[in-house]
Amino acid sequence: MELTATTTVRKPVTEVFAFWRDLQNLPTFMGHLEEVRTTGDRTSHWVADAPFGQNVEWDAEIVEEVQAERIAWRSTGDADVPNAGVVRFVPAPDGESTEVHVGLVYDIPGGAIGKAVARYFGEEPHQQLDDDLRRFKQVLETGEVVRSDGAPWGKRARKEFPQRPAQPLSDAELEKGPDA
Amino acid sequence: MRANTWAGRNKVEVRDVPDPKILNSRDAIVRITSTAICGSDLHLVDGYVPTMQDGDVLGHEFMGEVVEVGSGVAADRLRVGDRVVVPFPIACGACAACAAGLYSCCENTNPNAGISEKMFGHPTAGIFGYSHLTGGFAGGQAQYARVPFADVGPLKIESDLTDEQVLFLSDILPTGYMGADMCDIQPTDVVAVWGAGPVGQFAMDSARVLGAAKVIAIDKEPYRLQMAEQAGHTPVNFEEVDVRSRLLELTGGRGPDKCIDAVGLEATHGSAHISAYDRVKQAVRSETDRPHALRQAIMSCRSGGVVSVIGVYGGLIDKFPAGAWMNRSLTLRTGQCHVHRYMKPLLDRIERGELDPTRIITHTLPLDEAERGFEMFKNKEDNCEKVVLKP
Ligand SMILES: NC(=O)c1ccc[n+]([C@@H]2O[C@H](COP(=O)([O-])OP(=O)(O)OC[C@H]3O[C@@H](n4cnc5c(N)ncnc54)[C@H](O)[C@@H]3O)[C@@H](O)[C@H]2O)c1
Ligand SMILES: [Zn+2]
Ligand SMILES: [Zn+2]
Repeated sequence: MELTATTTVRKPVTEVFAFWRDLQNLPTFMGHLEEVRTTGDRTSHWVADAPFGQNVEWDAEIVEEVQAERIAWRSTGDADVPNAGVVRFVPAPDGESTEVHVGLVYDIPGGAIGKAVARYFGEEPHQQLDDDLRRFKQVLETGEVVRSDGAPWGKRARKEFPQRPAQPLSDAELEKGPDA
Repeated sequence: MRANTWAGRNKVEVRDVPDPKILNSRDAIVRITSTAICGSDLHLVDGYVPTMQDGDVLGHEFMGEVVEVGSGVAADRLRVGDRVVVPFPIACGACAACAAGLYSCCENTNPNAGISEKMFGHPTAGIFGYSHLTGGFAGGQAQYARVPFADVGPLKIESDLTDEQVLFLSDILPTGYMGADMCDIQPTDVVAVWGAGPVGQFAMDSARVLGAAKVIAIDKEPYRLQMAEQAGHTPVNFEEVDVRSRLLELTGGRGPDKCIDAVGLEATHGSAHISAYDRVKQAVRSETDRPHALRQAIMSCRSGGVVSVIGVYGGLIDKFPAGAWMNRSLTLRTGQCHVHRYMKPLLDRIERGELDPTRIITHTLPLDEAERGFEMFKNKEDNCEKVVLKP
């Protein structure tokens, strides 16, 4: 499965590139990622929340890096869902913003895992990536993922419809934090 | 706290809900001293805006006192104790839309941007108390409200103007003003305003302040037309006369130079036949909005004129007079108000006495009587023009 998405962030290309290049930042805006841990100069360990309850983990390496232009990575070893990604950073015509073009490829296996992954992405898998990039833009432009009363759990907003009412959170709900 | 909530189509209910808390670092919590009911709330309550949910706190016109600020709000911008008016669109101040002054199209403040994008092609800003399509933010018909990006939106009131004088800076005064501003008014212009509700009244006053030669008010409610007339505008009752002919008469056959639609998607029509056509289509959802005022504005406007739309539309309309619009070189301008742009200049105009927003207030009720307020405002009972609620 191949997904592409793009957004424009009103920040200089060096800053946008640097934020993405620090892969540990990815879970702040990517819906399915729990954690990315840098394990070496070009290697990292990724943890995603899986549709069937447990986490899926894999190692990845950066296979291409052109400063302020392009980052590409791919999973290594025998990942459950082998995957690869590339991001291109292009200065926007306004002279102050950066276009971010993302491409992801998932090599979805057959069998139960494959079915579960397909179900996880749903009928419109690109939406998840669109939403990821919206949050990416929010974090860079405003400093954090914006929460509302109806959609207080930033990374899950789209999946919860109907949402909780647009009415203040209870203390118990508040304690769950922004990524409940 | 007490808050007025959406309780299904045609039903609002004041309930106990949790007090709001800081969710993002640039939030503030405001203790509300005055809030109001808007024509937009009627669209929500009448069920014309999708994604409302039972329990949603309503209200997007409010002001009060800051009682808490998040760690990300700089003290030179806002502090506890400040008296503020809160603009209804939530804007981040940092995206390209905000940088261009298009605050109601802010790219970062709608957590449900994906849904808004599906409906509108591109997402729009978060709005208080205005459906989940615009983010699912609790509104301000309540004792307290959480205000995101509190360092961007709220306008501090440092003079001793009353709540009633400044409350409408939150929405309808800037909205009416933007309606006139988009008309690029010249001293020779005749400006016709469809709708003599609160928004229309302020569009008329703004057109006058911006120098229009004559301002015409079109509605069917005699008391609303009378209110406009008392403010110096020329009334036209669309249930009594044919609007287009009357407008031609009032403009020597030219048609108004500038036309403002301050009615929106629930317009009614003088002719029962046409009204029924749109009502049926609206009921079966093949048309979501009833655009009588917009159609009439386009047909009436002089060639080369401007039709400025501040009445709200939510979805699709039928029989849009594209031929008139195109062949007669009309300019169509519109938008949810970019309130942030207009608050300070309008505050100055209020202070100088050029605009008197209090003139439209007919009812002041305790928050607990919000339901009665909605009924009176919707059904035009007791000559109701604008209801202010006191939490
Ligand atoms: N653009 C914005 O940012 C913005 C902000 C606030 C309100 N609004 C919209 O402005 C509109 C007016 O708001 P309001 O608070 O004044 O509401 P309102 O319901 O009090 O006023 C609407 C008026 O239009 C009249 N009307 C109905 N059909 C008409 C027709 N065919 N011709 C002429 N008049 C007609 C009604 O009798 C009524 O007096 C609403 O659509 C509201 O949602 C837009
Ligand atoms: Zn309003
Ligand atoms: Zn913005």
